[in-house]
Amino acid sequence: MIGVISYLVFFATTASILAIAVLGLNLQWGNTGLFNGGVVAFFGAGAYGTLILGGTAQAGHLGGYGILYPLALLGGMVAAGLMAWLVGLLTLRLRHDYLAIATFGVAVAFENLMRNAEWLAGGAKGVRGFERPLREALGDGFLYNLIFFAAVLLILIGVYIFLERLVASPFGRLLRAIREDEEAAQSLGKNPARVRLTAFITGSVILGLAGGLYGTFYAFVSPQDVLPTLTFQIWAMLIVGGAGNNRGAIFGAFVIWGAWTASGWALSRFAPVDVQLYTGSVQFILIGSVIVGMLMWRPQGFLPERLVVSQRGKP
Amino acid sequence: MIQNLIDGVLTGSYLSLGAIGLTLVMHILRFANFSHAELLSLGAYCALVCDALVSAMAPFLAVKFAPLSLTGALMISILVSMVLTGVSALMIDRLVFKRVREKGAELSMVFASFGMALIIRNVIGLIFGLSPELYSRDIAFAMMLSADPLILIKPDQVFVLIAALTLMFILHLILSRTTFGFSLRAVAENPSLAQVNGVNLNRTIMAVWLIGGALAAVAGIFYGISHQLIPVMGRDLVLPIFAATIVGGIGSVYGAVLGGFIVGIAGNLALVILPSGYTPSVPFLLIIIVLMIRPHGLFGEARA
Repeated sequence: MIGVISYLVFFATTASILAIAVLGLNLQWGNTGLFNGGVVAFFGAGAYGTLILGGTAQAGHLGGYGILYPLALLGGMVAAGLMAWLVGLLTLRLRHDYLAIATFGVAVAFENLMRNAEWLAGGAKGVRGFERPLREALGDGFLYNLIFFAAVLLILIGVYIFLERLVASPFGRLLRAIREDEEAAQSLGKNPARVRLTAFITGSVILGLAGGLYGTFYAFVSPQDVLPTLTFQIWAMLIVGGAGNNRGAIFGAFVIWGAWTASGWALSRFAPVDVQLYTGSVQFILIGSVIVGMLMWRPQGFLPERLVVSQRGKP
Repeated sequence: MIQNLIDGVLTGSYLSLGAIGLTLVMHILRFANFSHAELLSLGAYCALVCDALVSAMAPFLAVKFAPLSLTGALMISILVSMVLTGVSALMIDRLVFKRVREKGAELSMVFASFGMALIIRNVIGLIFGLSPELYSRDIAFAMMLSADPLILIKPDQVFVLIAALTLMFILHLILSRTTFGFSLRAVAENPSLAQVNGVNLNRTIMAVWLIGGALAAVAGIFYGISHQLIPVMGRDLVLPIFAATIVGGIGSVYGAVLGGFIVGIAGNLALVILPSGYTPSVPFLLIIIVLMIRPHGLFGEARA
């Protein structure tokens, strides 16, 4: 029984962390219409940033600053934000293909750099030697995982409330205005490039937060954690849940993560041994089909964006 | 250094072919097609199957044209694969992209293309297995052009370069001399105005997919001749091809040709100063440099 519960806690923690990432992407794609092809790079910047800043000293690469945990997490978020700022500044004034390609390129280059640059983050071996916060007080067992889950859940709720208020605020209205008709927004004296940059950075910082929590949860991060797979999973979560709807984003995260875990388990349990080599391929085809199928038959997702009427006209 | 330059030009020849189709699609349909590189894999594997079939049916065609490692069977396969890949590109558009487009979600096309890329890449992996394949198992000996500095070149590579340049020249003639070429440019400039003037929009879009698919097939086969066939080759080619279109300017065919050679040469020259592990990042660095200096590329124009 305790085994099942501890697995459920483990599952829910991962799904909640991913839900935070999906919320960040929703601000970019759902509310602003910005395509982020390199979700995993910003997620990874958060994870690497947090572990390098907050970890113990390691031979051979950066790290060991032993900074207080909340500050290390904040550092990871700043790293993700800086990367978003650089990419956004170069591409957000151009037509939307450029952002798609440049963000995709960031993800390729980020993974490539982390895999090769041993002096930076340990190369393929990854970053080790991170002490999870409050471990001395809580130990390594079930209690720790339960409390960590509670903390992640609180952060998820916090991010959700923040984004709901942001979307309902005049700034959120401006984001939708620019998404729907850029020229109309411009004619009202708004600066689309700047507003888009703000939204892109904010979304990426939230992605970085999710990455930082992910790194903390495993106390380890390596190039295997920043493969494009994660980008596809997070997209599928948003598209299935419903772009533009924060509740949909969280719902999609749990559904897709559940489906992914279940399909992996089922393939390893029931598929013949010689097919198991292709588990990855089968899962990729499934996730690709989910993305394409949703866009063809239900592009608004299961929980579609709700129309917000902020000021009703007088009769 | 000179060897790197030569290798770069050869890499550039197939990158250019891939980039031409991509830049046309991006220009006419206005979305970044992340599944374009999968058309290269599709074409390459299509030729592999066709080559085996033709060689089995007509063994006299399986003789090599010395000093090339190419056979008559492979030559026929290249043509068959061009047609089949062009038609596949058209089918993918009909079955998936057209529907997504008509749902009114133009921006979602990028997602759809990523989804298609995942599906195509992994279906190829399931069918052909994850280990690499070759068109010819024999070792192609390189010719030594000079001993000091050591410069080696394979006869196949010379063939690839000449064939690629010939194809580009034919495409140039079509685009600049025929009514079809003009209608293509008209649609890219202003789809509604072109339609008013009697250009058939649907036909033009179909033609773009056929041309893009056919050139992608050749690019994929040439990649296979120069290296090897692996199901994930699309994953490794997608960023260099995109970089070529951005360097050349999205929508410019001549830009894509030049961009392809620039990306190919830069990637090979980078080996002189960077460890080979960093090669996949080079296209991204090029994209960043171009966006900083000349955001619309060498031949591109500003367009919202």
